[in-house]
Amino acid sequence: MGFDAGFSRALASRGWVGVTLPAEYGGANLDAFDRYVLVEELLAAGAPVAAHWIADRQSGPLILKFGTAAQKAFFLPKICRAEVFFCIGMSEPGAGSDLASVSTRATPKDGGWVLNGQKIWTTNAHYCQYMIALVRSSGEREDRQAGLSQFIIDLSLPGVTVRPIRDLSGDAHFSEVFFDNVQLANDALIGAEGSGWTQVNAELAFERSGPERIYSSIILLELWIRMLRQNPLGQMQAAKVGRMAVHLAALRNMSITVTAKLALGESPVVEAALVKDLGTEFEQMIPQLIEASVGVDAQGELEAELHRTLAYVSQMSPSYSLRGGTREILRGMIARGLGLR
Amino acid sequence: MILEALERVLDDHCNSAAVRRIEAGDRAGPLWDTIEQGGFLDILQSEELGGAALPLPDLFPILECLGRHCVPLPIAQSIVARALVGAQATLPPGLVTIANRLQHTANGDLFCVRTPYGLLADYVLTHDGEAMLLMPCAGAERTCVGDPRNATATLTWRNVAPVMRFAGDEKDLSAFTAAMAAAMLSGAMQQTFDMALAYCNTRVQFGKSIGKFQALQQQLSVMAEHVLAGAIAAECAFRSKGLAPSALAGAMAKSRTSEAASLVAATAHAVHGAIGMTDEYDLGLLTRRLHDWRMSYGAEDYWNQIIGQQILSGSGTLVDQVRDI
Repeated sequence: MGFDAGFSRALASRGWVGVTLPAEYGGANLDAFDRYVLVEELLAAGAPVAAHWIADRQSGPLILKFGTAAQKAFFLPKICRAEVFFCIGMSEPGAGSDLASVSTRATPKDGGWVLNGQKIWTTNAHYCQYMIALVRSSGEREDRQAGLSQFIIDLSLPGVTVRPIRDLSGDAHFSEVFFDNVQLANDALIGAEGSGWTQVNAELAFERSGPERIYSSIILLELWIRMLRQNPLGQMQAAKVGRMAVHLAALRNMSITVTAKLALGESPVVEAALVKDLGTEFEQMIPQLIEASVGVDAQGELEAELHRTLAYVSQMSPSYSLRGGTREILRGMIARGLGLR
Repeated sequence: MILEALERVLDDHCNSAAVRRIEAGDRAGPLWDTIEQGGFLDILQSEELGGAALPLPDLFPILECLGRHCVPLPIAQSIVARALVGAQATLPPGLVTIANRLQHTANGDLFCVRTPYGLLADYVLTHDGEAMLLMPCAGAERTCVGDPRNATATLTWRNVAPVMRFAGDEKDLSAFTAAMAAAMLSGAMQQTFDMALAYCNTRVQFGKSIGKFQALQQQLSVMAEHVLAGAIAAECAFRSKGLAPSALAGAMAKSRTSEAASLVAATAHAVHGAIGMTDEYDLGLLTRRLHDWRMSYGAEDYWNQIIGQQILSGSGTLVDQVRDI
């Protein structure tokens, strides 16, 4: 998913960023299904939507749901205009899958907060103006989920250092972010103090169930199908193409079912985990099955493009089942939903 | 309401003891008569024909219910056969099953391969490429295919003519049977999952219920994912406003449920351990059907090939084609 602030602003100028937010904040008052149509179209075209993606999908709705009137009035119009971009500060060096053990701490001081600690693997932090971070605001590490809160952190504040991390494809998608006595105003807190864990899980349901949890490899798949159509032996791969179409159709319907629950204001945490686990399996199956089909005969421009895309997607695909909760964590959540834990 | 009534009939007459009796060859029990006399076979028929004019989406839970109960008779097939024939004729009483295709040998014999319930049925509704035909099973040579308890048979007729001929699109027949089998698979998979989950909650080893072990939790979670994916794919085929499911949705429903079936059956056995392998325990009734129904009316490779050929012969994007189902 490419990061292009200009593209995001162009979308915003057409009213296509923050569409589910109320019109008074610059949104379009549309529902989750309207957004689904728009988002699916953008993903299917491989549009560079990363800049506004997080704010559009989860930070905006989070601020709308839990923010004060002042926070809503300040942030939401800027999100809708694609003037500010958000990243999500969850993982830390010592808190990955075990998210409740985050140790970055916000300490109350002089009516505000002082922030110390470190986040890592934060997607596009080096391009964003704000981070919504899950940090400890009271209690101790042993208190686990209790005492965690979410803060909106202005990344331009003194004491904040953002360092991009080069990934195995040669790009820098994620960063590490250091907080050294960062002075936060009281209104940096979003939602209730100590409610961070519940808020984060509600937010993750948006992250886990959307069409982007199905379409990460779709450009590669469409490219392969175009190539097969030109190849006289392409029909040999028909059963594989059919299988992928079947999986895509089922996942899309599952994802729409979860969207329906989100639209009703529910927080379908378990259903979202189901969709994400199965969706990422599909996304990872695509480069695997296409690699397995490579022979020795065909060559051409489309082939060259396919191989470039394949090389990239194959390298990046392990991350599909890491970001937003690993496969094992998601399955643990499903088991909890089944009453096993 | 129809669903609740059916549920009661099946609880009484299609419980595991009744299923075992019928599978052992005693088909004279009350199950078929109760279903036939209760009007369940006519639920899709118009009200003028004495039916309940049930819309297609409402058929889905009925078929799932039949699947959950391991139905050992062609009840679903008879419901679908009556719907496909519609007002053209009244089908004779008795067990009607469906075979997608009637073929003929070089010397003119007619045959239907691997016909579900072919060992038991009185009639088979099929298609010869031109019209739908009702063939009498009494005049057929029945060759059992697979486990005789499944009652699948290849039927061959020598010098026997169809009892009835009807107009009908072959595609409707194959899409409807695919969707029907998918819905029954979905019901059977849910029942299989419920059994596995219940077993994990009650079986104690190492001092705790085995469902407390992470390794089993992960297996059950994956199973739940595939059961749900199958259910949604199957349900989607019944959203059609027409008489029969669309060809593509029926194909996708059968492919997705068939692919899920083997994983669901294998996982259920894995978590049950040795007890699941016994004749006495009901798991085998379900998992035998998962494999049998996976293969009936086309397994996943068959449908994937057809769907893939259609996509490769088209010109639009895959996403657009999938959205249009």
